[in-house]
Amino acid sequence: MKKSLKARNNDIANTSRQLEILSNGIFADGELPTFAKKIKETNQFPLRPKKLEILQINLGYMCNQVCEHCHVDAGPDRKEIMTVETMQQCLEIVKKTKAHTLDLTGGAPEMNPNFRWFVEEASKAGIKDFIVRSNLTIIRANKKFHDLPEFFKKHNVHIVSSMPHWTRGKTDKQRGDGVFDKSIKALQELNAVGYGMPDSNLKLDLVYNPSGAFLPGDQQALEAEFKKALKADFDIHFHSLFAITNLPISRFLDYLIASDNYEDYMYALLDAYNPAAVENVMCTNTISISWEGWLYDCDFNQMLNLKVASKIKHVSDYNEELLQDRNIIINQHCYGCTAGAGSSCQGTVA
Amino acid sequence: MSKTYYDDADLRKFSKITEWSEELGNKFFDYYGKVFEEGALTAREKSLIALAVAHTEQCPYCIDAYTKDGLQRGITKPEMMEAIHVGAAIKSGATLVHGVQMMNKVNKLEM
Repeated sequence: MKKSLKARNNDIANTSRQLEILSNGIFADGELPTFAKKIKETNQFPLRPKKLEILQINLGYMCNQVCEHCHVDAGPDRKEIMTVETMQQCLEIVKKTKAHTLDLTGGAPEMNPNFRWFVEEASKAGIKDFIVRSNLTIIRANKKFHDLPEFFKKHNVHIVSSMPHWTRGKTDKQRGDGVFDKSIKALQELNAVGYGMPDSNLKLDLVYNPSGAFLPGDQQALEAEFKKALKADFDIHFHSLFAITNLPISRFLDYLIASDNYEDYMYALLDAYNPAAVENVMCTNTISISWEGWLYDCDFNQMLNLKVASKIKHVSDYNEELLQDRNIIINQHCYGCTAGAGSSCQGTVA
Repeated sequence: MSKTYYDDADLRKFSKITEWSEELGNKFFDYYGKVFEEGALTAREKSLIALAVAHTEQCPYCIDAYTKDGLQRGITKPEMMEAIHVGAAIKSGATLVHGVQMMNKVNKLEM
């Protein structure tokens, strides 16, 4: 299995280096406008939060997979996981938040040894939509995870899982050998307990990321293709497909540069720029919390270590009202969320 | 660095053709956009037709553009290659069907 950029001491594991790349070259010489300049054209600068709807908590960067496009640079060699103390601070926030959605992510959040306790406690808080982003293969990775479908069902968790394609070749190329077969098996097991079935309240949604240097196509059309193929080939059901654009950071940025696709990709994002998507971009309704309890405008800013521009920067002094009064930190990676129909952890936004 | 007639970066400049003939350029791009919208054919079907024609026209810009478009739509490699075979079959068929013209001419000229 490949190692993370961090374990390989790759230059791009350094967030300052990523920001340097995103600020230089085609953006430094004015060939392309910076994101700030672009949103100024439509009077959308500075970007400000709207109503807080989603609290996204990253339980750690440890993962059983090493996906080629991963913006977290997650993998088995990443040992950063949230401690019980930070989890307790998060639970206090979950109990009081006005957000209607709690979204647990990673890495593989299930690999945090206190994951089940956290889910049990958080599910008591009465959050309307409780999401766990599960990579599917974790359910088949080890015996101790085999009962996860039942556990998720017991706590009425909404499962959102990555599935780059309905074919083995494309899936395994992006996510690693054997991932497709394990994912199919996990989806069948989730279906067996009721997840994703038509008319079922146990929500199972899939996330599609393009497996290369191109943008996602129409979300609705892709959903129809996925539904048709997964039903015909494996009798699998799911509810919705979220088409998510790969942002030019971390491992995907490394891939873009190594494959000589970086400039073309940035041009493609610019060509598809949609001011309507800026209106609803996810950083306007989300707070992202890192495994250490730091606060960010979104998961991508977290991975670039761009903490919120607020005096409230950590869960230890969390104040939702004060936190809402801030400017959102932007950079050129934000073009990834404003291309075409827009992109967020919940799919398209425009 | 070697210089070639085709530069893939030129594809990004395609819209600049309007700068020297605004009305005609705009009319072309409006028409082009409309053609590729969902209609009696799906946008997916149109993308595969465009890919096949891009090959028969041997336009490197169009090949790049509709290969990327196909990937974005989730079109698979076998689907793309089959579309190109359709174009190739028509192209070779168009050559070979002219063989009848040759046969007619030979039959007319020979005693």
